[in-house]
Amino acid sequence: MNYHWNWRIFFELSPDAQGTYFDMLLRGARWTIATALLSFLIAFLLGSVIGVLRTLPSRWARGVGQAWVELLRNVPLLVQMFLWYFVLPELLPKAWGTWLKQLPNAPFVTAVVCLGFFTSARIAEQVRAGIGSLPRGQLQAATALGLGTAQSYAHVLLPQAYRIILPTLTSEFLNNLKNTSVGLTIGLVELTAAARAMQEFSFQVFEAFTAATLIYLAINLAATGLARVVEHRYPTPTALKAAQ
Amino acid sequence: MIGDFDFDVIRRSAQFVLVDGLGFTLKLTAMAAPLGLLLGTILALMRLSGSRPLGLLATGYVNLMRALPFLLVIFWFYFLMPYIGQWLTNAAQPVKVGAFTSSLVTFVLFEAAFYAEIMRAGIQSVSPGQTAAATALGLTRAQTLAHVVLPQAVRNMAPVLLTQTIILFQDTSLVYVLSITDLLGAASKVAQRDGRLVEMYLFAAVVYFAISFAASRVVRGLEGRFAVVR
Repeated sequence: MNYHWNWRIFFELSPDAQGTYFDMLLRGARWTIATALLSFLIAFLLGSVIGVLRTLPSRWARGVGQAWVELLRNVPLLVQMFLWYFVLPELLPKAWGTWLKQLPNAPFVTAVVCLGFFTSARIAEQVRAGIGSLPRGQLQAATALGLGTAQSYAHVLLPQAYRIILPTLTSEFLNNLKNTSVGLTIGLVELTAAARAMQEFSFQVFEAFTAATLIYLAINLAATGLARVVEHRYPTPTALKAAQ
Repeated sequence: MIGDFDFDVIRRSAQFVLVDGLGFTLKLTAMAAPLGLLLGTILALMRLSGSRPLGLLATGYVNLMRALPFLLVIFWFYFLMPYIGQWLTNAAQPVKVGAFTSSLVTFVLFEAAFYAEIMRAGIQSVSPGQTAAATALGLTRAQTLAHVVLPQAVRNMAPVLLTQTIILFQDTSLVYVLSITDLLGAASKVAQRDGRLVEMYLFAAVVYFAISFAASRVVRGLEGRFAVVR
């Protein structure tokens, strides 16, 4: 291989005049983390609502929930990103569209909203499965105690469902983290885009991608480690029984 | 606004988008899925082989691929492949690799990690009695795998494997970043040439949705058929 390696490239100044190439990658990583956290928050809240809708007795509520999930799961994320970024502002009333296009850091806001919606469909399915896995007696007991539907979900069903789906939620968080890279197609300079930019400026493609790879692995490890701690701290009833 | 919606741009570009673009997407999916499944099965067998170095190698590969964003992997292979080609063919210069080959290799190598996990679960779902019975009948290890274990593993996992293939179909849209004319790439080229982003991106979204939705319905229908009554 006649590739010219130069690992010291990270300490050279990048042409964007904001520090070294290493700083550039770290800035990208920060955008990746910010996008991942904010979009996951939206996805978690929306996904919980949609997931609950899908377990309600009302056919109408279940239909809305199902349509939501089918729509968001059957269109590629990249296409959804373009729909939010290029198409939505044109379909809104003119004043709103202009406002959207002139938002400061529009790629970041768009990526957060798009990923939030995209991941919400997946979380909705998990929340539905989590609630479905609870014994029917839980809802009956809550009703017998005089709790309304909303109270039963908030205090009895959802807390148990969340604990059960914690491992799948963690892997969904990691998926969402990886998916933030699609934001680069609408101009979000997250980690992958930063590595790409470094490659274009410096021609040190493999150093740039190696660094990005290592940073992604580090973020992954940190997230899985954190999930382990939480899972250990709040064991499921079955895990408790097994330990006894 | 919706009043300015220009259906004619879709009609004019339909052939380019649906034949050239969608054709590329479907060809890539149809070739990457079986090759990815093949490599994934090999990786799964390595993990279950009981050999420590083979197991570690396969586990490391699968975990690495699953931890990285697909876009980063696409860039990695795109830049790496000319050098690998040079190394393989002993050429003096890095070898030029075509867009289709480049994306096919990338998809096979990436999706194999996901198929591997499915096949691992599938192989483990075949009861040990099957292997024991095959051995008792005098089949060799290879024969047992080929005629007893793998067919049942694939059958048990068929719905998940097909769902993963629908995901693969959707993932092919990411070759957009290499300026390849797949379904989305073709729509995007027309959109930018004619200044018709709304129409073309909605058109692409509808095509992706129709195919993925129909395919996932078919998979759901097959689920009942594939289920083994025990």
